[in-house]
Amino acid sequence: MIGRLLGEAGTRARIALGLAALVLLAAPAMVDDYLLTVLTQSLFFAYLGQSWNVMMGFAGLLSLGHAMFVGLGAYVAGALFVHFGLPPVIGLFPAMALAALVGAAIGFLGFRFSIQGVYFALLTIAFAEFIRILFDHFTWVGGSSGLFIPVDNRTVNDLVHLRGTPEMFYYLALGLSVAALALSRLLLAGRLGHRWLAIREDQEAAQALGIDVFRAKMAAVVLSAAMTSLGGVFYAFYFNNMFPEQIFNINLSIELLLGPIIGGLGTLIGPILGAFVLTPLSELLSALTERHALIGIKHFVYGLCVVLIVVFLPGGLWPWIARRLGLDRPPGDGT
Amino acid sequence: MLEVRDLDLYYGDAQALDRVSLTVDPGAIVAIVGANGAGKTSLIRAVAGMERPRHGSIRFKGRDIAGQPSHVVCDLGIGQVAEGRQVFPNLSVLENLEVGAMLPRARDRQDESLAEVMALFPRLAERRDQAAGTLSGGEQQMLAIGRCLMGKPELIMFDEPSLGLAPTVVQEVFRVIRRLNRQGLTVVLVEQNVALSLKLAARAYVLENGRVAISGTGADLLADDRVRRAYLGM
Repeated sequence: MIGRLLGEAGTRARIALGLAALVLLAAPAMVDDYLLTVLTQSLFFAYLGQSWNVMMGFAGLLSLGHAMFVGLGAYVAGALFVHFGLPPVIGLFPAMALAALVGAAIGFLGFRFSIQGVYFALLTIAFAEFIRILFDHFTWVGGSSGLFIPVDNRTVNDLVHLRGTPEMFYYLALGLSVAALALSRLLLAGRLGHRWLAIREDQEAAQALGIDVFRAKMAAVVLSAAMTSLGGVFYAFYFNNMFPEQIFNINLSIELLLGPIIGGLGTLIGPILGAFVLTPLSELLSALTERHALIGIKHFVYGLCVVLIVVFLPGGLWPWIARRLGLDRPPGDGT
Repeated sequence: MLEVRDLDLYYGDAQALDRVSLTVDPGAIVAIVGANGAGKTSLIRAVAGMERPRHGSIRFKGRDIAGQPSHVVCDLGIGQVAEGRQVFPNLSVLENLEVGAMLPRARDRQDESLAEVMALFPRLAERRDQAAGTLSGGEQQMLAIGRCLMGKPELIMFDEPSLGLAPTVVQEVFRVIRRLNRQGLTVVLVEQNVALSLKLAARAYVLENGRVAISGTGADLLADDRVRRAYLGM
């Protein structure tokens, strides 16, 4: 397994990966609570970006409604816990199942009726909005006034109920991101990943080679939706509250895809790198905003980042850095 | 091996194929010639399962495949090298070839196919880790052919394989086609280079406005006055 994961990685890449792992593992011992929060949120957004990247980066399917999967994951696991005391470690299964089902519905509509490109993206927005409005009026989970997970200040870490210290949530987010990295790597090296890349590059040509385009695209949407919803479960128990207006908002859909775009679309490390650039930046800007009352500076700077990347490094930061450091290129990442 | 009967294909209301029939014997090279818009590409796409014909039958090795999706058709052993080569530009040469071997019929023999393709096209072996988009036009055409061979086809359809290539490269492509045919592959060849393809073909069909206007052996058509006037400029 480890052998396959590192299969083609060169010595330099292994050393870089090892160093990064070491720093991330040791971080909680070295930083204060505030910085730990920033790191945890960076890892959380890295994971969401990695999940989104499966659809857009690998299979070329643009989703602008991924917040719906975050929201569905959070609400299903959250509501099952609040109403029935079902621990999230079990609740995550129905959460992922529902997200996968919604993903399958979007995929089926989109791919059966050949809704492509921008129109497919619009379809994902429409679904996200529809679900947001639905939850706004869904009083069993609090409607528009939100759902709250009871907070108890435990000092013991309880992974079953996801109650515990900030360190526990940090390592949990790290685990999610590392798992997503491993999964992405295995997928890309495998047949399904090759099918996705072929479809992303040229769907007609992929079809002409006998690739079942419908099936491969469905797999991408379903998998990406399920992965994203797991991030939603984390969201619910980390922030302890959720509002339809926030968690299903297109702002979240956009924010989670900026990481992969800035870090490098379709690459394995790009979404992680992008999140570690953007989330701390956003925190820094929030601090500035408070001090100097610069409302909206965050969105301005985010926009500027995207423009700079698109103009100067359209492939994103990671391929550029990887080339500089002499690291190997991931599959499908043409130079 | 391939038997097309009375095939009608429409794009919306526009008729692309009108009662087209043709026969391809095992091991043969069959040429399909005709002007732009005569329906050559439509015919290939219909056989490949990428368009759904309205009427008619397409039998391959005795089985009706009309209207079957392309992944089913490909897995029965029909391959195609589409017009304009369509390599995956950001994938490496090797990755392009690997994608060609996704079919269930070809999966288990991927390594063996890869060795064969690399032996057939040593240039591809030299450039195996290079992005396909950086190859020359001729190399891309070789890659497109090699990628198709990775799927272990028994019948391979070429759509304008010489389009946009330098004359020496065209010669090379035709040499490869002849060689593959000698190794037992059945070939359907759609070409604008009428003289070259008729010389190669056992049977040939001239399509005009979606209909088969003339058919016969390659030699017959080369001698046919109408063909000489319309397609060979004599």
